[in-house]
Amino acid sequence: MMELFSVVSAWTIPVFVTAVVVYASWKKVPVFETFVQGGKEGFAIAVGLIPYLVGMLVALGIFRESGAFDLFVELLNPLTSLLGIPAEVLPLAIMRPISGNGALAIATEIMQRFGPDSLLGLIAGTMQGSTDTTFYVLTVYFGSVGVKKIRYSMAVGLLADIVGFLASVAVCSLVFG
Amino acid sequence: MINKFWLVFIVSGMAVAAVTGRMDSMTQVILNAAGRGVNVAMGLVAILTFWLGIMKVAERSGLMRLLVRALRPVAKFLFPSVPLDHPAMSAILMTMSADILGLGNAATPLGLQAMKHLQELNPDKETASPAMCTFLALNTSSLTLIPTTVIALRAAAGSLNPAMIVPTAIIATCCSTLAAVVFDRLFRYFNGRKTGQ
Repeated sequence: MMELFSVVSAWTIPVFVTAVVVYASWKKVPVFETFVQGGKEGFAIAVGLIPYLVGMLVALGIFRESGAFDLFVELLNPLTSLLGIPAEVLPLAIMRPISGNGALAIATEIMQRFGPDSLLGLIAGTMQGSTDTTFYVLTVYFGSVGVKKIRYSMAVGLLADIVGFLASVAVCSLVFG
Repeated sequence: MINKFWLVFIVSGMAVAAVTGRMDSMTQVILNAAGRGVNVAMGLVAILTFWLGIMKVAERSGLMRLLVRALRPVAKFLFPSVPLDHPAMSAILMTMSADILGLGNAATPLGLQAMKHLQELNPDKETASPAMCTFLALNTSSLTLIPTTVIALRAAAGSLNPAMIVPTAIIATCCSTLAAVVFDRLFRYFNGRKTGQ
């Protein structure tokens, strides 16, 4: 299983990149010039992330190094061990539907602390990559057309997030555990 | 909401530090963490630049159109109230395709376009229509094949195989999207019975 996943993941990006470039040039797109044009945004986006990362990593650093995080983990231990979820990724699960960049910073912190290829790092990456920021999407999309009564949308979005979160933990534990 | 979380992290951390006598190291913790934040962002520059370039090529090539054709039967099932030839349908299909390909920059304007057209079909402009709820259920759970930002982050953190999470993320995203569709149907059914629609 693990080997299959390594092969699939090793091939995904190279195959995708090749397919895109070949298909685009077949469709007569000036591939390199288009690439350069798109790539220009890369620096601005990375720089734009700095305040989110600094703010969140500082807050998380204080929360962890003070020992508050250990207390938090211990407090929730009955609940998390019951569900089989590592408590370290709980803050990420809570932040994910609220703020995309906030969650990104928490995922970064987990990867740096435990290593990106550790089980916790892989769970964090999977969780971050498998869903979108529910509150943000609902606010922006409904807001853009002036819909005020959003009915059951919030409940559906959050329930789906919980399913995605549990699935991330389960799949990663099964494959990488 | 994020403001409250940030406040809780800092205040509870400082309070615990005061009690456990770790206050003297807190200034260093702040400075180190801030430095790491900048380093991570700089580590992302290379990969983001490459990926956004490739995504622009994918967008320009009309790769989405291939997916649109494949997704049409799915959309027909998911959005029974939207006529197949209505502009809302094509906007929905384009958004789903952009999401699947991980074309985040392209997906949002397409999604807003879809909402605008769905609003044209909506009899009560202040209340979300069932089709809108389904569309946003799909969007919040975001069916993505290649989570590019996370791959970039993993590479920046020194992963041996940054794309390792692609298969697990695909499984997880399929689970959450399937859950979104099922919950959406269930809520719509019970909601409809309650209001007598």
